[in-house]
Amino acid sequence: MSGHQTYQPRSPFMKWMERRLPIAGLVYSSFIVYPTPRNLNYWWTFGGILSFMLAAQIVTGVILAMHYTPHADMAFKSVEMIMRDVNYGWLLRYAHSNGASMFFIAVYIHMFRGMYYGSYKEPREVLWILGVILYLLMMATGFLGYTLPWGQMSFWGATVITNFFSAFPGIGESLVTLLWGGYSVGNPTLNRFYSLHYLLPFVIAGVVVLHIWALHVVGQNNPAGIEPKTDRDVVRFTPYATIKDAFFMICFSLVFAWFVFYTPNYLGHADNYIPANPAVTPTHIVPEWYYLPFYAILRAIPDKLMGVLALFGSIIILAFLPWLDTSPVRSARYRPLFRQFFWVFVIVCLGLGWLGSKPAEGGYVIASRILTIYYFAHFLIILPILGWVEKTKPLPNSIAESVLHDGVPVGASAPAPAKV
Amino acid sequence: MSLKRSILALTVATGLAAFAVPAFAQDHSHDVETPPKQKWSFSGPFGKFDRAQLQRGFKVYREVCSACHSLELIAFRNLADQGGPEFSAAQAAVIAGEYKVPDAPNDAGEVVDRAARVADYFPKPFPNENAGRAANGGAYPPDLSVMAKARTYERGFPWFLIDIVTQFQEQGPDYVTALLTGYAEKPAHFELPDGSAYNKYFPGNAIKMPPPLSDGRVEYTDGSPATTLQYAKDVTAFLMWTAEPKLEARKRLGFQVMIFLLVFAGLLYFTKKKVWKQVALHPEDLKPRDPAPGEYRPH
Repeated sequence: MSGHQTYQPRSPFMKWMERRLPIAGLVYSSFIVYPTPRNLNYWWTFGGILSFMLAAQIVTGVILAMHYTPHADMAFKSVEMIMRDVNYGWLLRYAHSNGASMFFIAVYIHMFRGMYYGSYKEPREVLWILGVILYLLMMATGFLGYTLPWGQMSFWGATVITNFFSAFPGIGESLVTLLWGGYSVGNPTLNRFYSLHYLLPFVIAGVVVLHIWALHVVGQNNPAGIEPKTDRDVVRFTPYATIKDAFFMICFSLVFAWFVFYTPNYLGHADNYIPANPAVTPTHIVPEWYYLPFYAILRAIPDKLMGVLALFGSIIILAFLPWLDTSPVRSARYRPLFRQFFWVFVIVCLGLGWLGSKPAEGGYVIASRILTIYYFAHFLIILPILGWVEKTKPLPNSIAESVLHDGVPVGASAPAPAKV
Repeated sequence: MSLKRSILALTVATGLAAFAVPAFAQDHSHDVETPPKQKWSFSGPFGKFDRAQLQRGFKVYREVCSACHSLELIAFRNLADQGGPEFSAAQAAVIAGEYKVPDAPNDAGEVVDRAARVADYFPKPFPNENAGRAANGGAYPPDLSVMAKARTYERGFPWFLIDIVTQFQEQGPDYVTALLTGYAEKPAHFELPDGSAYNKYFPGNAIKMPPPLSDGRVEYTDGSPATTLQYAKDVTAFLMWTAEPKLEARKRLGFQVMIFLLVFAGLLYFTKKKVWKQVALHPEDLKPRDPAPGEYRPH
């Protein structure tokens, strides 16, 4: 970023410091005067919300770790003792378990927002791929965390998911033995899962730094999907973006608090209040809600290896989105066909989620297969073809113009430029 | 626009595939009924336990359930905790004294039973799982500490979404009460294994636990009806407390947090409006002009 004011230290100490470690200057240029498109809507507040959720999960998690015992015979009881005998232990535990779900709600909104407004397109490909990596790390962390209370669903969920890896020919069995630390899910599994569950959030924090760095190099996308041209198109990050982010973060916290205080077990499973028992399999083994669409994809395919590959493929494919979407226009506002396909895709994802919670039998499997095919077709067929055949609406001349005219450009008659 | 219409048709088709097909997949003919909804004093945003009900429920647990079911996570001191049955500290001590627990090994290395103290946890009825199974026809009576949260039934669409708003969280307690009152004559076609009882709400309908409650089995001194249903509700409320002993504190703090967040959100909203007014755009801003020195340029 060039052209905007730089930090001018006033006090002698800050002058001394700035010559040695310009951290105040970094904060000033990244979070104070950093230019942000003036037309960002509330869907753009979820990046800030996600940072807040990561911090909340780390703080509650570190305190929970002070009271938790990672042992197959004691884990369940130690969690219950946190709920009973630790001061505000019930709050810490419910905030952490519901916080994971809120984290995923926020990340899904953040991702769908990126898809709707084409935020992954040139020059933001690396920013997007870092986001996909963050999402994968979150999924791993969430799964590892869900095993820690060592209830029935923890145990059997861990068994089912680690068994995926046995599908790989040749190395499968050794890989699973390595994951388990033995020949079945047991105490060594719990120990290593706990260790990794503590490690991964800091890896996430590291990749978040890269994600934000990449963001500050290329600048934010915006609902118009065109780059800022003059200072009328942008506002300073502080106070304009900060106050907007803060307001919506508190609105999001209202939802978070509703779950924590009023329906804290809604997003979990009753079976996880039964201590893990390797001899008794629950009637339906269901993963946490945020994995359900992928679970449906896994079970839609009769062959185990192909199912596992489809499951991983359905996530990996996101990393290729910048090249699968061939349209030069970013925002769905100016892409009438893409906009409809986007909402169909959202419905398909929700449908897959619902099917993932159902037993794998009869009509459910047929429906899962249809939606799985559609999921992949969206990326591999629809998006590439749309870019070539779609007649896009004319883009506004500037962000300021799109704000003043409510998205309707004045005097713009030329079709979408080839490169924005 | 024909493409537009075909997208619409596709949406409808996928919708039908996803939501209509499973309707005829749910054809298990079973006899397990959905537990009826009960009224609970602890439901909703301002829910609180009914002290008298918890005390009666404790009596039912003690005189009936505790013969086979443990309550491992509850100590005698908890009986005097705020937000629970709220026995006085002296009453809790008296109740503890009526139980025997194994003492630490004495100087001779022998383990002798002593009267329990408030710091002790409720003793288990069986020394180990096998002893429990041997005494109960092969089925191990589960621990009841978190039972009220460990059972549920499926709500189905759209109820599972409505439950978020109405805060309906009492599937567990409804199930426990239903189970305790759900013993019935088996239907003619049902083959009941030996040593089992027929229960309308138990998965599979054949339960090893014989009907535990009957009218008049526990004596109530507060004038509450001594009926099976009343016993079932009281012991369920007690088990909800053992499962969620901080429920009252949680809901109370929750209300304070919600009020705080609402006010805070309101203040931030108006602050945001005021701050953004300073940079409101006017039509003349769109007229071309020379960039000011130091103005933002695209990269």
